[in-house]
Amino acid sequence: MPSQASTPRKEAAPVVLKVSGLRKSFGEREALRGVEFEVHRGELLAVVGPNGAGKTTMLGILAGIRPPDAGRVETPSGEVGWVPQQAALYRRLTVGENLRLFARLEKVEAPDAAVERMLEQTGLAERRDDQVAELSGGNQQRINIAIGLLADPAVLLLDEPSAGLDPGQRIRLWEFVAGLAKRGTTVIYSTHQIEEATHYGDRLLVLADGESLFDGSFEAMRQAAGASGEVTDPEADFVRFLEKQGH
Amino acid sequence: MRWLLLKDLQILRRSPLLTALLVIYPIVLAVLIGFAVSRGPDKPRVAFFNEIELEEASEGLELGAGGFSQDQAFDQLCERVECVDTDSREEAIAKVEDGDVLAALILPRDFLQRLQDQLAGAGLEPASVEVYVNEDDPIKADLVDDRIRSLITEANLVLSDEISAQLLGYLDVLVEGGEFSIPFLGQTIDVLGLERTERILKDVRSEVSGPRREVLDTVIRFAELAGENLSFADELLGSVAEPIAVEKEVVSGDVPPLDTFAIAVAIAITLMFVTTLLVAGSLALEREENTFTRLTRGLVSRAGLLAEKIGLGTICSIAVALVLLVVLELFVSLDWSRFPLFGIAIVLAGAAFAAMGSAIGVAAREVRASALAAFALTLPIAFLSLVPTGTVSEDVYDAIRIVTGAFPFRPALDALSAGLSPAGELPLNLLHLALLTVAYFALARLTLRRFA
Ligand SMILES: Nc1ncnc2c1ncn2[C@@H]1O[C@H](COP(=O)(O)OP(=O)(O)O)[C@@H](O)[C@H]1O
Ligand SMILES: [Mg+2]
Repeated sequence: MPSQASTPRKEAAPVVLKVSGLRKSFGEREALRGVEFEVHRGELLAVVGPNGAGKTTMLGILAGIRPPDAGRVETPSGEVGWVPQQAALYRRLTVGENLRLFARLEKVEAPDAAVERMLEQTGLAERRDDQVAELSGGNQQRINIAIGLLADPAVLLLDEPSAGLDPGQRIRLWEFVAGLAKRGTTVIYSTHQIEEATHYGDRLLVLADGESLFDGSFEAMRQAAGASGEVTDPEADFVRFLEKQGH
Repeated sequence: MRWLLLKDLQILRRSPLLTALLVIYPIVLAVLIGFAVSRGPDKPRVAFFNEIELEEASEGLELGAGGFSQDQAFDQLCERVECVDTDSREEAIAKVEDGDVLAALILPRDFLQRLQDQLAGAGLEPASVEVYVNEDDPIKADLVDDRIRSLITEANLVLSDEISAQLLGYLDVLVEGGEFSIPFLGQTIDVLGLERTERILKDVRSEVSGPRREVLDTVIRFAELAGENLSFADELLGSVAEPIAVEKEVVSGDVPPLDTFAIAVAIAITLMFVTTLLVAGSLALEREENTFTRLTRGLVSRAGLLAEKIGLGTICSIAVALVLLVVLELFVSLDWSRFPLFGIAIVLAGAAFAAMGSAIGVAAREVRASALAAFALTLPIAFLSLVPTGTVSEDVYDAIRIVTGAFPFRPALDALSAGLSPAGELPLNLLHLALLTVAYFALARLTLRRFA
């Protein structure tokens, strides 16, 4: 049974990321049209939307990879960690070498200690000397995330982190992510699967055609869609919601 | 930057195919070039049979100073082809048919006799040699043909010199008078000569008068004229003996020796492939593994990443070129005192090829595409750069120079040649390479801005 809004909204916690009036076009195509929201410390925000909604574009702007055409991104707590959708790793280097290289490039104070910490957190300590190419997709994704965490950022951005993983790997991944949030890291992740967002998220940000349609709990979204009673099919509820909004 | 470089070298070490290419390519090329330059082209094998009797041959031809001797001619021939002595005409021809030799050269029994007759002015038919050629291998057959023909032409020149000298001797006797030995008869007769005839007639003239004196005057005038004009024949015959005088003069000695050029080509081609492919591939790999965005998101600047790749390419260029040179040293002795010069050429050539590789790499999103693009771009340029002067029209050649000047291959080749031997222009080509490095770096930087 899906648990909606497993933890209460952390309104009281300080804001670590504030986005306003975000716009981005690729030529004629408007990928983002005025996205607004803010996130608090320790929050787990799921950005949900169909393919092409603008999730990757938005996370990229938050990560500082590309500038927005208009709008502001404020990160009062500093460092933002970013984990791309496809694992960005050197497949011919070992797990340990990848972590150490990025720790050094990130100019982490004590690179070796940071590497040990991440190996422990990902539970991949015994595979430290294996080349990344030999790891399963799930383990590669863990290293991918671990690199995003090396500099110990206040906010971690994950772009569709579960894509391409099998059910077992997914569960382990989400446990890992939930653990991060518990320790105070704010996590913003994107997904096109509402099911996942309802399971592992304090809050949903629904994105469609570059617009933020909804910001709140899954239960509130169901109500907005006119659904009531037992949650049997969150997917159907989500589609009904989108249709009602004209998408 | 240092960590990135170490990372790339480590990746390289773990890519067996690439590493093999980096190590084996220059070694194989060096061995091939080494063999090619240390062994001259093979001489064609020619069977040889001499039908002339030994005693007769040893007499040779009486031709006076600078004459023509049979032994000398054979020595000359055997310098150009590998002579295989045979015992009979049949054996010589059989060797040609078997493909044992490319040609057979037979001196017929009457060769010397006919030559003698020719020289004595009594020969009707020219002396001839017989040549049998196996045309199975048209190129080699051509070569044999050329060598035998050139030898015979040379012999003909010597002989025609002798023949005209003989003729001049006859003319002298005719004009001045003197002893003349008749060929074959061995008899010697005294010839009066035109000059003496004229003198005698002039003496007689005073003793006659009337119409007879007039007749005598006509004869005297003829003797005078004939004497004067025949003495011009000297020069005329001299020029016939050597119708074309070759005055060879070396105008520009600025061409590197063949060995050096071959080595320069080997290094330039190796660097062209290895460095360009390596850098293009290494940059494309950053895209393929998605690390490009991660790196350029604040960890390194884009220019810094490009510089790192160009540095990687330059380091590998130096290593590869050194391997090639060391292996080549087994075959030819290099002038290591010029190391600073060709060392600089190697470094700058490596940098220029690496910069070009970086421009290819940023435009490609995957390693395979980058390799294909690198091949497609470098190979035709290498061919164009090796087009020699004079094989195409001047306009086309100028156009080729402009095109190839935009790529590192030709300046690299010229700089390496100039570094390895005193011939050629070093500083200008080094400058050219440095400019190309900067230009390709800028191009890569611009392409990055457009693509990412
Ligand atoms: N680099 C780009 N150039 C052109 N169009 C792009 C680019 N990136 C994204 N888009 C377009 O912007 C829209 C949003 O894309 P994206 O952010 O990747 O969506 P999502 O991640 O939600 O699937 C899509 O229509 C996509 O085609
Ligand atoms: Mg996406």
